Amino acid sequence: MTVEARKIEAARSRLEPEAMARRDFLGLTAWWSAAVALLFGFLGAMRLPKAAVLPSPSRKFKVALPPSLAAGQAYVPTGRSVALYKEGSQVYAISTICTHLGCVVKATDSGFDCPCHGSKFGRDGSVLKGPAPKGLPWREVKHLGGDNFLVDEGKTVATGTTVSV
Amino acid sequence: MNGVAGKQPTGGATALGRFMENLQAVPRRFAETMFRTGKPQSDRTRSTFVFGNVFLHLHPVRIHRWSLRWSTTWGLGIAAVSCFFVLVVTGVLLMFYYKPYPDVAYLSIKDIHFVVPTGRFIRNIHRWSGNLMVVVVLLHMARVFYTAAYRSPREFNWVMGMGLLVTTLGLSFTGYLLPWDQLAYWAITIGANIAQSPREVTDALGITEWFDVGGLQKLILLGSEEVGEEALIRFYLFHVMILPLILIALMTVHFWRIRKDGGLARPADADSRLGPPAAGVYPVFTEAPQKTYSLAAIVKGRTPAVGSGPEQTVPSMPHLMFGEAAVFMLTIVLSVVFAILIDAPLKEVANPAVPENPAKAPWYFLGLQELVSHSAFMGGIGIPMIVLIGLGLIPYLDREIAGTGVWFGGPGGRPLVVRSTVFGLAAVLAVEAFVIRFGWIRQWWPGVPQMVITLLNPGTVLTVFYAAYSVWSLKKYDSTRAGALALFTCFICGFVVLTVIGTYFRGPNWDFYWWPSQWPGH
Ligand code: HEM
Ligand code: FES
Repeated sequence: MTVEARKIEAARSRLEPEAMARRDFLGLTAWWSAAVALLFGFLGAMRLPKAAVLPSPSRKFKVALPPSLAAGQAYVPTGRSVALYKEGSQVYAISTICTHLGCVVKATDSGFDCPCHGSKFGRDGSVLKGPAPKGLPWREVKHLGGDNFLVDEGKTVATGTTVSV
Repeated sequence: MNGVAGKQPTGGATALGRFMENLQAVPRRFAETMFRTGKPQSDRTRSTFVFGNVFLHLHPVRIHRWSLRWSTTWGLGIAAVSCFFVLVVTGVLLMFYYKPYPDVAYLSIKDIHFVVPTGRFIRNIHRWSGNLMVVVVLLHMARVFYTAAYRSPREFNWVMGMGLLVTTLGLSFTGYLLPWDQLAYWAITIGANIAQSPREVTDALGITEWFDVGGLQKLILLGSEEVGEEALIRFYLFHVMILPLILIALMTVHFWRIRKDGGLARPADADSRLGPPAAGVYPVFTEAPQKTYSLAAIVKGRTPAVGSGPEQTVPSMPHLMFGEAAVFMLTIVLSVVFAILIDAPLKEVANPAVPENPAKAPWYFLGLQELVSHSAFMGGIGIPMIVLIGLGLIPYLDREIAGTGVWFGGPGGRPLVVRSTVFGLAAVLAVEAFVIRFGWIRQWWPGVPQMVITLLNPGTVLTVFYAAYSVWSLKKYDSTRAGALALFTCFICGFVVLTVIGTYFRGPNWDFYWWPSQWPGH
């Protein structure tokens, strides 16, 4: 190449540069593949802390209502977060976990009171006061005969659902 | 090696004689070899003392006199590092006995408290130093804000600071569960349900079934649906490993950036404000510096050495080092005095069936708990996010120059801060008094949709008041800095008042009481 031709060549390559130099392309490929690999590696690793099997105890339990249970009086089986009521021949269960931030509510004559931020619920679990965003859910109850019932704390039923004895 | 080589052995013609001589010289030689560059006595050896030492060389070799004034920093950043140091040492000691498993954890803390030699003392120091660190970090943030030290080129370091603040709070939160007593159990139950509270919104919109961020957050945090063994081991892992590592990484960047951003912020006329150095302060360079990175244009413009003489700088050794040591000692003294006077609390063992009443988080979260007692989502997630984003944006929105490095600097200045304090206190007290006296929407119309309360609750009302006042100040002074001064001051007032109410004036059922002695027995 003459000196002249080389100059023209240099000028042209400046005007119409290669789309991307080969080295740059390979370098960028390396960068991006590393970044994507790290991202997916991270996402995959994050799958681990999200447990597939929860260590929570079974939420179904059998309970015998004490025969002396007065109408409208709450019966809370030990270690369970549900209050059972017997009214005439109707039995029902209301959750005692506050819908605000999960404290255990206390059954009172007027309904339920939460000790943590002062939510108050009516006798049917509806919110009367305080920060709780919704009422206490009712839980599924099945009659097993006599005073025995099967309660499922994990299953919500429509408010007002009862079983007859 | 100046003077390090020492004398050649002279006496002892015999090998044994020379051996004895060397043996005698061991302590002196050892000391000499430890400090590679000799004692820090001349300007030059003072410099090499700092940059020749792997632990010290994060410090500058010389430091501006402005940075050394107590009123520039009140030593708060160093106090935060000191707390962290104390926490690492005492925390590692506690790990000798602590066992992260439900109920066993409680017993091991009880052992540490009542049986292990010095156990109670170490536990107390760990507890109070953790509290102190939160206070100190908040005060440090306030000092950086009020001296407008976050401005260019320090914006990013402010953001790193936000990361440090969040990590510090995360450390206290995770540590709070570890004793596994009633206080711990119920505070963390509430905390975990705050993580779940986006459900308040997704439920109201009826989309929880498909899009349950709240549930996912709680599940990842607890590894279960309630606070149990999985949660305890997770919190332990975060508390002793993940968060400290993050904190160390962030601190490293934080300190590195202080150096690279040209030392601490100072007003443009710092030199004339300071006047000539006092007698007895070491004078300017008497020897050529050994390293001139900045002159070699390896670092960017505004290092202390570029464009201005070293006249107002003094060697970090001893001036900065002695100041740091003093702050370190003060921090330790405070932690130890608290540890001697007040025992860290330990209630009964956690009982998932009976909530603590009132169930209170650590005091610095009680302002949040007060907000949460109006709306879980807004108080626990919505407003904190708004505050964090707002704080993080400050240096990017206030790009003014006036007042950098000066207390309450900028348009409006001290009078504006005073006025904002009055407004900030009045607004939060008025809102709280109203709620305590008259209640809120749900009590007046129990059937009101949750979305209305989520959007319109005492917390959001207060946020809007503060934002409006800030915009008004911004317009009045025609300055973003004035708006920021107003908003930040209001934020501090809100934080303090809500925290005080949550701590002292809330009793069982989160009801309002003037004195704890009026609490009904339970
Ligand atoms: C663990 C937490 C923290 C530690 C250990 C820490 C440490 C330090 C230290 C030692 C300094 C030197 C000057 C001084 O002592 O004031 C400093 C400066 C600074 N810090 Fe922090 N800090 C922390 C948190 C924060 C927070 C929460 C913010 C703000 C959101 C922040 C923003 C800054 C800024 C912008 C500077 C430069 C100030 C100037 O140039 O005058 N830091 N920090
Ligand atoms: S947990 Fe029941 S009111 Fe907050």
